[in-house]
Amino acid sequence: MVPLSYYLILAAILFVIGVAGFLFKRNIVTIFMSVELMLNAVNLTFVSLSYSLRQLDGQIFVFFVMVVAAAEATIGLAIIITVFRNRESLNVDRIDLMKL
Amino acid sequence: MQTSDLIRILPEIILAVAGIVVMLLGAFQKQNAGRMHPAIALLGLLGAAGAIAYQYPWRSLDPAFGGMLELDAFSAFFHILFFLVAALVVLSSSEYVAQERLASGEYHALLLFATMGMGLMASSNDLIMIFIGLEISSLASYILVGFRRGVATSSESSLKYFLLGSFATAFLLYGIALMFGATGATNLTEIHLALQAEQNTVTAMASPQLTPLVGPVPTALVGLSIALLFVGFAFKVSAVPFQIWTPDVYQGAPTPVTAFLSTGSKAAAFAVFLRVFMVALEGSAQDWVWLLWVSGLLSMVLGNLAALLQTNIKRMLAYSSIAHAGYILVAFTAHSEEGVAAVMFYLAAYALMNIGAFAVVSHFGNRGERYVEMEHYAGLGYRAPLLAASMTVFLLSLIGIPLTGGFFGKFYIFRAALHADLVWLTVLGVLNSAIAAYYYLRVIVFMYMHPAAEQIPVERVRPAMGFVLIFSMAATFLLGIFPQAVLDFASQAAALLLENLGNGVL
Repeated sequence: MVPLSYYLILAAILFVIGVAGFLFKRNIVTIFMSVELMLNAVNLTFVSLSYSLRQLDGQIFVFFVMVVAAAEATIGLAIIITVFRNRESLNVDRIDLMKL
Repeated sequence: MQTSDLIRILPEIILAVAGIVVMLLGAFQKQNAGRMHPAIALLGLLGAAGAIAYQYPWRSLDPAFGGMLELDAFSAFFHILFFLVAALVVLSSSEYVAQERLASGEYHALLLFATMGMGLMASSNDLIMIFIGLEISSLASYILVGFRRGVATSSESSLKYFLLGSFATAFLLYGIALMFGATGATNLTEIHLALQAEQNTVTAMASPQLTPLVGPVPTALVGLSIALLFVGFAFKVSAVPFQIWTPDVYQGAPTPVTAFLSTGSKAAAFAVFLRVFMVALEGSAQDWVWLLWVSGLLSMVLGNLAALLQTNIKRMLAYSSIAHAGYILVAFTAHSEEGVAAVMFYLAAYALMNIGAFAVVSHFGNRGERYVEMEHYAGLGYRAPLLAASMTVFLLSLIGIPLTGGFFGKFYIFRAALHADLVWLTVLGVLNSAIAAYYYLRVIVFMYMHPAAEQIPVERVRPAMGFVLIFSMAATFLLGIFPQAVLDFASQAAALLLENLGNGVL
């Protein structure tokens, strides 16, 4: 059997990849995908912990996370479309109307 | 599920139903038949407030849904605050919605949904419910921020809020997952018991209520989880170093929505922040107090210094809202009953004065929010004396001048901090509120002492907006002259919140 720590480390690596993608990618859609990757890393953590603790709470939580991620995706894509209509660009560096 | 469970979430049910009705009306009615929507929204808020009042006294010994929701005095206080904020925002946005031709049905429905999410946040006693409530209110506010679809700044704000918000939510979720791994629970009371058991094993052995643990609680995991939870909550309350989004979002959002975010959302975030840290993580306070100390100080300093440089009023108020989050964190750092009560009082006082200030900004901004720069306010004191006078009251209250709610808010915060021996933080906090006086007074100076450069049209104040201004002014003075009633309520709620905790353990 694969030990718990392997799953947790894999999830942590996925989470860090998500964070890195969020910080270094310039395309809005890619940034959005990075957030989804982070959420899925969390899901993996929940499921593996839930299995090893023999408690269902974690798996139920995963359902909630998935539902919320779906809702977030709809709203996020709608927002991205309005931004594209206004600016005709999907590069975050050009979304800079407001500055200090 | 029992009837008592349903009664516990009756306020949320009423809000959701009212929101759906408003949304459907908006979808099936003609374009300009938007008069009904604010009325239904207000009715829903009134009904929800009635459902809260019906459950008085709020000492629920039987939490609803297996311990997921807890309608105690703490959550009742916040519920009433949210309903008040939402009602004032509905009233003050009637001008704005008509002026900007916004879809009135959707606008009011989203406001109601966001309020519902905040209500859930305030009463949830389980990390799952906290997450759901947080997301309900956040998703609604992402849309509200970008509601002026054709305006580039508005959709830009919405995008920034959405991306950074979901980024912070992911951190919060990871924190919840690790906390679940460390303690085997998502319920706040159970987490508290598990962490407490780790600290004094002897007492825990004797306690029959202790949840069965899988093994000893891994301290490193708990520490990491606390840090991640802190990131998530600090983002929501816009505390440094997670405040980057605040000025951009507050500037680009429709002004009534900015008022809503800076008061309602902030209060809701502080409600969960308090409940999670003071109930679940109270036992490991020494691990997180210094985080709050540093973040509170930085928020005050950075917020105030950046606000000094602003020329746009909305952006200035956004930076000032970061500074106010800092003041609230000072009371939070005290992590005492008095501190919790001070946070609650300050949030109430801040909500009333800030909504008033944004109402003036919204009214004066005129079509397309054209007049939101500091120099546009020049000479306002002579052309619209009443409007300028109410703005002056709100700004003086934000400074914390005696006789206004802001004064007692700051007073209680610094008193709680001093009683917790946070002398340095108190001194720096008081110095900071002196810096803050400069940029608030600058607006007053512009209004009364600068000649108007151009003739800026000032529309007549409509009755709904007039009511909001008078109400918030009266409430600001009331909190500044007779603060005792609200403070007593807050103190009782804080005592109850922390007292139940003691019973559960010893």
